[in-house]
Amino acid sequence: MARSSDRDGGDATRASSVAAGTDTGRSDTGLTDADATDVGGDPLRPSDHIDSVRPAASDGAGITQPKLGPVGYLRFFWRQLTSMKTALFLLMLLAVAAIPGSLVPQRTSDPNGVVQYRTDHPDLFPVLDKLGVFDTYSSPWFSAVYLLLFISLIGCIIPRTRHHFEALRARPPKTPARLSRLAGYRSITLETAGGAGEASITAARAVDAARAQLKRSGYRTQVFGDSVSAERGYLRETGNLVFHSALVGVLLTVGVGGGFGYSGQRVVVEGQTFSNVLGSYDSFNPGRWFDEAQLSPFSIALDRFSTEYAPDTAGAAGMATDFTADVTAQARGGDAEKTQIKVNSPLSIGGSNVYLLGNGYAVDVTVRDGEGNVAFRDTVPFLPQDTNLTSLGVIKVPDALPRQLGMIGFFYPTAADNGTGALTSTDPDTTNPVLSLNVYSGDLGLDAGVPTSVYTLDTDGLTPLAGTDDDAQEKAVQLTPGETATIPDGLGTITFDGVKRFASFDIHHDPSQVWVLLFAGLSFAGLLTALFVPRRRVWVKATETGDGVRLEYAGLARGEDPTLGRAVGDIAKAHLGGLGVPADVAREVADDPARHDVEKPGPAAEGRGRKI
Amino acid sequence: MVTADLAYYSLVAVYSAMAIYTISFVAFALDLAKRSGDAQQAAARAAKAEALATASVSRSAAGGSTVVLDRPSRGAGGAASASTGAPAKASSFERVAIAMMLLGFVVHVASVVLRGLAAGRVPWANMFEFSLTGTAIIVGVYLAVQLVVNLRFLGAYVMGLNLVLLAIGTVNYYVAVSPLPPALQSAWLVIHVFVAILGTAFFAIAAGLSAAQLVQTKREQSKLAGLRFLDTLPGAERLEDLAYRIALVGFVLWTFTLIAGAIWAERAWGRYWGWDTKEVWTFIIWVLYAGYIHARATRGWRGARSSWLSIIGFAAVMFNFSVVNVFFKGLHAYSGL
Repeated sequence: MARSSDRDGGDATRASSVAAGTDTGRSDTGLTDADATDVGGDPLRPSDHIDSVRPAASDGAGITQPKLGPVGYLRFFWRQLTSMKTALFLLMLLAVAAIPGSLVPQRTSDPNGVVQYRTDHPDLFPVLDKLGVFDTYSSPWFSAVYLLLFISLIGCIIPRTRHHFEALRARPPKTPARLSRLAGYRSITLETAGGAGEASITAARAVDAARAQLKRSGYRTQVFGDSVSAERGYLRETGNLVFHSALVGVLLTVGVGGGFGYSGQRVVVEGQTFSNVLGSYDSFNPGRWFDEAQLSPFSIALDRFSTEYAPDTAGAAGMATDFTADVTAQARGGDAEKTQIKVNSPLSIGGSNVYLLGNGYAVDVTVRDGEGNVAFRDTVPFLPQDTNLTSLGVIKVPDALPRQLGMIGFFYPTAADNGTGALTSTDPDTTNPVLSLNVYSGDLGLDAGVPTSVYTLDTDGLTPLAGTDDDAQEKAVQLTPGETATIPDGLGTITFDGVKRFASFDIHHDPSQVWVLLFAGLSFAGLLTALFVPRRRVWVKATETGDGVRLEYAGLARGEDPTLGRAVGDIAKAHLGGLGVPADVAREVADDPARHDVEKPGPAAEGRGRKI
Repeated sequence: MVTADLAYYSLVAVYSAMAIYTISFVAFALDLAKRSGDAQQAAARAAKAEALATASVSRSAAGGSTVVLDRPSRGAGGAASASTGAPAKASSFERVAIAMMLLGFVVHVASVVLRGLAAGRVPWANMFEFSLTGTAIIVGVYLAVQLVVNLRFLGAYVMGLNLVLLAIGTVNYYVAVSPLPPALQSAWLVIHVFVAILGTAFFAIAAGLSAAQLVQTKREQSKLAGLRFLDTLPGAERLEDLAYRIALVGFVLWTFTLIAGAIWAERAWGRYWGWDTKEVWTFIIWVLYAGYIHARATRGWRGARSSWLSIIGFAAVMFNFSVVNVFFKGLHAYSGL
């Protein structure tokens, strides 16, 4: 029933000139009395909102559009931008615009994927790159959509907020003359007491009782003669405004606040220590307003990294079930503290969070050059390539004499022959660790001053000595921990000293995070209020007739209100109960059999309240 | 091996549930067929009831100071429409269908619980388990809504959808019980994923209602001559109302899923939002339903136009679960496949 009046209200002319309570000629035009109530206190909506006042049709002389000046055009475009249809269109556009970013890899979340995409689709890549689909969510077109949407939103909520503040101070509107066509209408005529000494029911008493009752249940009330007019649910519009404003808040804090933070990555091998200074990061992404002084001084030493594997049950053999980084963390001026960093359990230190996002093996290697000197002794992190942690790494020995040495290595934690003579790893744990190296000699290109990745080796121009290359004199060097092999051409020896674990840490600092959460929580609370608090008007009218007092109850939904009928029934029941009407009668009045059904304005509604 | 045994019994239970659901589905379909025949009779019956209702019923309250002079009456909101609404009495097909659905639901829930016991954790950590639990929750939500509103006409849709999803889940997504990877070891797995499933269930039912509304709208515009059973369904406007209210609950749950997911992502991945493929699609779905809610409040969009958005929204939910999980690269790589 909420709906029938609601819809009629939307479709019919609800011109503001219609004074509250007058229904002259309305039934002739087929309009319901729902329209006869004041809409001034209603939430302000864009003009094409279903609950808003439809602009009055121009009378007579057809459409004569005034010529628009510049200001007129601005006003026109502003109105278009803040209309429901535009908001709807922009929402749909936003949904569609977000799709490309899920179809191709994004530079922000999957930079390697973008590189791979360039290799796989050399023709398509430049076109897509020009369109910005690899940075969809910071591309001009995506930004344009959401910025327009938010401008439209702001243009909508500012006038609405102003209007709502005024509505909060307004009184409930006058009682419509005929309540019988409103939602949840009920009436009953009570005979005033004949017997002496009994408390008699008068219209005034009934109205007073109704007012007190409605006030108690949170309605704002106003008595108009023989009736009380009540309204509740202002919180609905408040919630709506809070929801939308909080969304703006989320956008602002994400957009602006994010610029004050930074994030960086660092691989730390067991036994190594990371200090939070710019130079010790492997990669670093500063926010727009980042300043190096923001880096709070702390250090983290990785004492031990341990992995737990699932027991050898079917389907889960060798699966890692737990990663633990035992660290010693120390903030400046603080004591060194032994603690743990795990997945889902970052370490908070010095205003930053340290996350455990990856791990792998690092190999301890010693290289002696052709002259017998130790040219290289280090722990080299190898990057995992598959779930069994076959790992790939590069060893560069620029100090080797007479020629520089470069090696591309594979590390197999549990090496096994895959049947073709090549090695493969069958388990991520180190049960049979083997290091396999392809060795090259020549100029590594490190002296040119061009930055090169420590994880790649450009083999162009290098001489293959050992490995899979056809020109190599020997097969790849294969070592187990503790073993030493000689490098062909008398260029030296290489010793595999042992294996260590490394942890890959992400260090994040984002002071705006808590604000984003706050606004998100606020918008959720606003959403709940806006959707589930009903805004409704209720009237109780008491008229003295020759036979007694005739009581009428009716409600009017302002927006979605599926339980309005029941609510009016409950009010009637409580009211009648308070007046001393027998409970079964009150219940009958309150009963609302139409709860499960569609209802349309009954043709004979007025005639129903018949006397017996 | 206890785990394997429990997982096996869980699988037996889910196949049993599917068999029972199939009976329920057939019975619901037969009921729809029967409704076509009943439609005419129902109209006649309703006309008769209307006649009875207008006759006055006299009653008087004896004793006391208050005497009731007229019977309670109702106005605009009170008059029940005779032409729409399900027949007052359920057909025997319908009773069988509901009974089988309830029985199937019990067996289905047993399967979910057994799977959870087998794994020693919540049974929604991979796609098979998500399908298993998700379908159970769709039936559960349908039955719960059924307590408030008569949605029996939607039974065939719910059972059909459930059977398809369960079949895909058990045939294509089945994986043996395996322990949780470290990234999933969080209380948020319980909250975030469960609320997402719950939201999905509400969206599923809303989409069914929206589809029914579209067909009903066509029929009310007398563009569809056949499908007489539609006469026994609520009117298009009522269907739209129901779809809207149920989708609203889904939207609130989805909003929560989004926020909870962001909080978890911050703990697990070090950032609360990173446009991961799954995040993108969750966002798209949220925007689609936000659009649906706005469309319904926009003049010229209420009715059939806005309900298409509800259907598109649910299609996106299904796409997000199936295609995005299996074929799109992202951090939500938990299909277990």
